[in-house]
Amino acid sequence: MAKRSKKTVKNSSSLTNSSLYTQKVMEHFMNPHNMGEIEDADSVGEAGNAVCGDVMYLYLKIEKNRIKDIKFKTLGCAAAIATSSMVTDMAKGKTLDEALKITNKQVAEKLGGLPAIKMHCSVLAQQALKNAIENYLKRNLKK
Amino acid sequence: MRRIYADYAATTPVRKEAIRAMSPYFDKHFGNPSSLHADGRIAADAIKNSRKIIADIINASPEEIIFTSGGTESDNLAIRGIASSNQKNGNHIITSAVEHHAVLNTVKDLEKEGFDVTIIPVNKYGEVDPKEIERAITKKTILISVMHANNEIGTIQPIGEIGKTAKKHSVPFHVDAVQTFCHLPIDVKRMNIDLLSVSSHKIGGPKGVGALYVRKGLEIKPLFTGGPHEFNKRAGTENVAGIVGFAKAAEIANKEMEREKRRLEKLRDRIIDSILSSVPGSRLNGHPKNRLANNVNFGFVGVEGEALLLMLDSMGISASTGSACSSHNLSPSHVLLALDPDPVKAHGSLRITLGYKTTEKEVDYIIKAIQISVKKIREITPKIEGVTTY
Repeated sequence: MAKRSKKTVKNSSSLTNSSLYTQKVMEHFMNPHNMGEIEDADSVGEAGNAVCGDVMYLYLKIEKNRIKDIKFKTLGCAAAIATSSMVTDMAKGKTLDEALKITNKQVAEKLGGLPAIKMHCSVLAQQALKNAIENYLKRNLKK
Repeated sequence: MRRIYADYAATTPVRKEAIRAMSPYFDKHFGNPSSLHADGRIAADAIKNSRKIIADIINASPEEIIFTSGGTESDNLAIRGIASSNQKNGNHIITSAVEHHAVLNTVKDLEKEGFDVTIIPVNKYGEVDPKEIERAITKKTILISVMHANNEIGTIQPIGEIGKTAKKHSVPFHVDAVQTFCHLPIDVKRMNIDLLSVSSHKIGGPKGVGALYVRKGLEIKPLFTGGPHEFNKRAGTENVAGIVGFAKAAEIANKEMEREKRRLEKLRDRIIDSILSSVPGSRLNGHPKNRLANNVNFGFVGVEGEALLLMLDSMGISASTGSACSSHNLSPSHVLLALDPDPVKAHGSLRITLGYKTTEKEVDYIIKAIQISVKKIREITPKIEGVTTY
């Protein structure tokens, strides 16, 4: 009985927070992970544009083909900030090949889902990561 | 956590007096106003009294007041009603770029049916120039529709002057007064208004009820077919309790109007002055003085409106934004775009609208919360020259 009432309270509080977004999205929006810039970044990836309202910058520190550190800066809605935060969590520590396999759907799933109209935010996060890695690979192939 | 409601332009809490006034009309006096028996007559009397209250506030006669389901229906009834019954006189409608969707989407729909529509642009404060309205009038113009004050930016339109122009050219003049009824004085005779839309839930009345003033003698075709209710202009059994609550709320709001306007203006300017002076990269959308007493609309460089709204929400504040990300079609507010076509600016807007329950203490908390939230979001914002710099 006690257990059930606890669950009811939890449900209602997540509704008050936002019925638009999951609790997970709100957590990442309110307290984003890996937020900031890397001054001596090995690569930077950009996605989106300010006219549409969302711009993401991903900064990578790479060692032996592995993402040693990753940070982001984003101008955008709560979903854009949360997907940026989540994609950095998912990519950190992965090899570049592994990180390139991260899909926008996986980002959205890890956040407990996104409203259909906000799915493009997860696409943006995945693209920013992909661009950052590809920029790095292009430059290193030239060397 | 205690919540602070700062979205009075969206809707308002129903006044206790209105709830008390409505209550008997759900059960004790449940009669149908069209019935001849005593139960029906009690309900009919309640509507009659309510109609008189609404009419008196705008200097109209009771038989010029048509009760509707709210502002949107009133706008539709006015515009479609005039369009349908004036096709022999012409097919041209004039309106402004900052109208509510209830007006803009209605005229756009009529445009598809073959009507000609002229949408008058606004200046950077959101004001319509009456001279431009006059220049747009042709022999075929059958309606001018301009709102009294804008719901997003609060800018007040020169309704008196537009009314004079409309009268001079004998064109019916519709005014969407949803944001101004019982907030600003309205005299339909002095202002030469032929049709006026008002709503109950913006003044402390219940949702789902509103009214349309239709000047005596003006022909409008009803939206629905049915019984002879509302002087043959709006078929369907009346929302008796809603109408009673609407009238009670209007009675109180009208009585308090002048005092409340002065009180809210002070609170509004306190927010505007504090934020503009303490938050760099902030600007006021709308007119600095010629605006609704309860309306504040800011733009913040490098801040997306939905993020700001949700941050404030997490701090217990209910506000609103014209940002694309908060809308269902991902396009920014047409009102903000009419003021400044740069969509980047429209994304970062925040609307705070105050009301009869707002206190000075709440306003001070709102100011602090905006300062903290803008700072917090800007920490996440990348530096993009010319976009997020100020």
